Amino acid sequence: MYRAHVLVCGGTGCTSSHSEDIIKALNEQLVEKDLTDEILVVRTGCFGLCSIGPIMIVYPEGSFYSNVTVDDVPEIVEEHLLKGRIVKRLLYDETVSPDTIKSLNQTAFYKKQKRVAMRNCGVINPESIEEYIAMDGYQALAKCLTELKPAEVIQIVKDSGLRGRGGGGFPTGLKWEFTARTEADQKYVVCNADEGDPGAFMDRSVLEGDPHCIVEAMTICGYAVGATEGFVYVRAEYPIAVARLELAIKQAKEQGLLGKNIFGSGFDFDLHIRLGAGAFVCGEETALMTSIEGNRGEPRPRPPYPAVKGLFGKPTTENNVETFANIPQIILHGAASFASVGTEKSKGTKVFALGGNIKNTGLVEIPMGTTLREIIEDIGGGIPNGRKFKAAQTGGPSGGCIPERLIDTPIDYDNLTAIGCMMGSGGLIVMDDSNCMVDIARFFLDFTVDESCGKCAPCRIGTKRLLEMLDKIVEGKAEPGCLEKLEELAYYVKENSLCGLGQTAPNPVLATMKFFREEYEAHVNDKKCPAGVCKSLLNYYIDPKRCIGCTLCAKVCPVGAITGAPKTPHVIDSSKCIKCGACVDACKKVKAVSKV
Amino acid sequence: MQNVTVKINKATVSVPAGSSILEAARVAGIEIPTLCFLKEINEIGACRICMVEVKGLRNLVTACVYPVSEGMEVFTNTERVRRSRKLTLELILSTHDKKCLSCIRSGNCELQHLCKEFGVDDEDYFKGENIQYDFDDSVAHMIRDNNKCILCRRCVAACEAQHVAVIGANARGFDTHISSAFDKDLADVSCVSCGQCIVNCPTAALVEKDDTAAAFAAINDPSKYVIVHTAPSIRVTLGESFGMHIGTNVQGKMVVALRRLGFDKVFDTDLSADLTIMEEANEFIERVQGGGVLPMITSCSPGWIKYCEHYYPEQLRHLSTCKSPQQMFGAICKTWYAKRMGLDPKDIVVVGIMPCTAKKFEAKRDNQNASGYPDVDIALTTRELARMIDTAGIHFPKLPDEEFDNPLAESTGAAVIFGTTGGVMEAALRTAADTLTGKDLPDVEFKEVRGTQGIKEATYNIAGMEVNVCVASGLANAHEIMEKVKNGTANYHFIEIMACPGGCINGGGQPIQHAVVRNFRDLKKLRAATLYEMDKNLPKRKSHQNESIKRIYEEFLGSPGSHKAHEVLHTSYVRRPKYK
Repeated sequence: MYRAHVLVCGGTGCTSSHSEDIIKALNEQLVEKDLTDEILVVRTGCFGLCSIGPIMIVYPEGSFYSNVTVDDVPEIVEEHLLKGRIVKRLLYDETVSPDTIKSLNQTAFYKKQKRVAMRNCGVINPESIEEYIAMDGYQALAKCLTELKPAEVIQIVKDSGLRGRGGGGFPTGLKWEFTARTEADQKYVVCNADEGDPGAFMDRSVLEGDPHCIVEAMTICGYAVGATEGFVYVRAEYPIAVARLELAIKQAKEQGLLGKNIFGSGFDFDLHIRLGAGAFVCGEETALMTSIEGNRGEPRPRPPYPAVKGLFGKPTTENNVETFANIPQIILHGAASFASVGTEKSKGTKVFALGGNIKNTGLVEIPMGTTLREIIEDIGGGIPNGRKFKAAQTGGPSGGCIPERLIDTPIDYDNLTAIGCMMGSGGLIVMDDSNCMVDIARFFLDFTVDESCGKCAPCRIGTKRLLEMLDKIVEGKAEPGCLEKLEELAYYVKENSLCGLGQTAPNPVLATMKFFREEYEAHVNDKKCPAGVCKSLLNYYIDPKRCIGCTLCAKVCPVGAITGAPKTPHVIDSSKCIKCGACVDACKKVKAVSKV
Repeated sequence: MQNVTVKINKATVSVPAGSSILEAARVAGIEIPTLCFLKEINEIGACRICMVEVKGLRNLVTACVYPVSEGMEVFTNTERVRRSRKLTLELILSTHDKKCLSCIRSGNCELQHLCKEFGVDDEDYFKGENIQYDFDDSVAHMIRDNNKCILCRRCVAACEAQHVAVIGANARGFDTHISSAFDKDLADVSCVSCGQCIVNCPTAALVEKDDTAAAFAAINDPSKYVIVHTAPSIRVTLGESFGMHIGTNVQGKMVVALRRLGFDKVFDTDLSADLTIMEEANEFIERVQGGGVLPMITSCSPGWIKYCEHYYPEQLRHLSTCKSPQQMFGAICKTWYAKRMGLDPKDIVVVGIMPCTAKKFEAKRDNQNASGYPDVDIALTTRELARMIDTAGIHFPKLPDEEFDNPLAESTGAAVIFGTTGGVMEAALRTAADTLTGKDLPDVEFKEVRGTQGIKEATYNIAGMEVNVCVASGLANAHEIMEKVKNGTANYHFIEIMACPGGCINGGGQPIQHAVVRNFRDLKKLRAATLYEMDKNLPKRKSHQNESIKRIYEEFLGSPGSHKAHEVLHTSYVRRPKYK
């Protein structure tokens, strides 16, 4: 028994801010102070509050330290671990109260969350199968193999109401049933871990923080649908996730939880990892399978659906990481327990990657039906810098935006679809009034143009032409009538493209046009960018009445566009100006320079 | 299989379950346009021109690959569908060079045809970035021009179906283009020159190298004696270039057209097909009796030869050393015929009209110059001949019929069937059987080796000897057989291999039929049927009965397999790497 546990986040975010060095320094200090028998350092998965990492929690007190550095380690060991005095200056401000410290779960960020898919992330050491087992790991698998028939497993998943967390929201149990129904000599289970939406990283966090739950869930799925082999297709850019998953598979095999005759049930299941080579389209299920087969990752027409003819031409069930992460809990606690959370048609929780202009960026897992306002204002801590919320983008490059007037929309699959948005894999980017919606649409479209595989004409050429039209709009070169043409092409690409990538690529354009058409019109008709973002439509101007002739602006101007004698008003030559904004920053005190 | 009933526009049809909407629509008499679709080899649903509306489905679907189901209601001609197809075409045009006036495929271009059909009225509607690609003219037989490519990938599928697969998609998104690995030139990879990519290309992104100017120049040069000879299959395909029915026999008109073009002599490659049989049958008998390398494999198809050199360089000893009929013809023209006519071989220009793009490569091979000059100077495809006829203003369908010139024109039924898969084998068997039995056997038809299937096997008892033969066409089938040869499980004595599926009648130099024809009519069968009909009606059906052949041996070569015959009619092969 240890008298204290020090949990240090080993997720990608905290690792890149040197949590590994902290763990190393901690362990060295513990050796030095002869505390290795009393205190255990645990490298965990992601806590979610990535913006204040590296994160450390010391139990039994539960003190939540944030922004920890290697230099803080001696003090933590000396003060907290030896003398029992919490290092208050490192505590996350919200957990500090005059006489006691609050637990993590009482903070605004965590209070409204409910962790199902990420329940073990930040709690256990993901590299230890024993810790997973201690948290009831592999019990769900044991229950399936020893007590339930495959059809019963499928029924439980169907009853739970679980829908695909990768974006489409297709009922998971139904998907399993289709594969189970197809007769074949070989079937496969595939886990889609090719997370590619800009800003989304919940699948990575699950794999990093709780890899065994994916191994367990895929094995359960294999049993339910009649597959004996599974593949996890994971991005090569996720080295920590890959390493932990490899280790998890190795440990599971050693324990007889993968391989031949699992739990003496006669059921065999084996798992393989395939690394994605960086193509966004490989997150599309048929492209993913084509890639696993060793071919250029391009989608195939459906039907035939994977449940009939999938990987290597065999019936295949493909689910996303987060979907799988829910499975063991559903089996253990029952469909009703899972379905008790959420809305009528969207059950359970959803993990969102909160980003953009918001105070708390990171991963949040919320019950379906939570409103956007709760996510932004309560969990996210609101918009920083006194700015005003303008819209939230969900679903990344495939999604749309939710404008301020719909901020009280309860988030679930159907509500998002109804407003022309989509759940997507769970990226949630918050925008304030300093964001230009045309520019946002252009940003996402630029991404899809780059990531189009080039197979079908509407996506290959159509998205490119859409981007060129948007380029013209933000450059002030658009002609009247261009918005109608933009819309026509956007709808065409949507309904003619081969796969989900092309079919959803115009969504950011269509959604922003739906809610912010006046911004588009301002760009086209008035050649103005109301948010002051689109450089070609901006001019910088020095108010001669305010300018004191301090020369600061002229000094910082990188292109020598500002002239004027000292102590006389300065002037900007707009033909030279590159609109970098350095002069505005330089003139912060006097505020004589402004964008017009 | 069960039938399902579907409604297409206003028609109700019953079609086998599993049929595509495209197939069902044809049953209903409704044509749905396609670009990328090639039955069985390119069912990728990529071009999106065949989009149709299905009641109850949110998006349009691709008719080419979407299966019908009971009670399905399909609409192929709604405003939404027409608009969608037009936009697709306009998008494709925005990345196309649109130089229709100077394009070799103008009038026979599937893209051009569809633009007209769907009323594309503004070729610059989606004007934007249009990447400019360099030509690839590194090989002898063709030019790749990605500026005309619409990325339908039919060429990629055709190349893969040939088990060659040297072209594919490179880069992604808007930058996607077809080329070889690492964007290497075709000359630096193991392209076998078969030209199957060209006959499957809907536009002029892939075209044969046009040698018609060289042919016209030779004709116009008074110092040159220009001999043309036409391969067996040309007479049943050339008519298609002038709108005639597939498989029409136009031998007589073709001879007239060639004369009117100004060739000095119009000969028939059939003669050297017979000559090939004399040499090849002899070589086979020698190998069997002398313990030579078996199985022996035919060497008429230069695409196959190049394939073997790249992919099975260690098996070259199985190849017959006989030159192909094209090269034998040139060799005889510039040796025996030149001497007989008192001509200097340097003044003779031999032009072969071939169903084949690999013949252009073959004509430039080493060790193909019996007279000291190249056996063949210019190899033209059927398509190039058709262009010359058009240029010369000859109204082909109205031409009278005439006979080939003497003396290099006499041919037998055995030679005519060289144009289709199994033909060389049957011709060789006819001669071998007579030679070994010393009789004029009445039974000349070896029907087991006929037909358009990719691999045919048979065993014949010839003069008391069991002979196992195999006939393969299409290089994927060649690959299958060669794997057996390689691992020693091929229990054959004699194998015929043709590079193109179905043999020369479906060669890479033949008239281009749009995918809509290729998908729904069996070109191979229709063209081959005419060749077998001609064979049946010829008085002589065995190569060794050809009087001209007898004379050439008497006057010049001696006997098949003689030293002289080897000097003039045989060649050698080289090992080639897959990548340079």
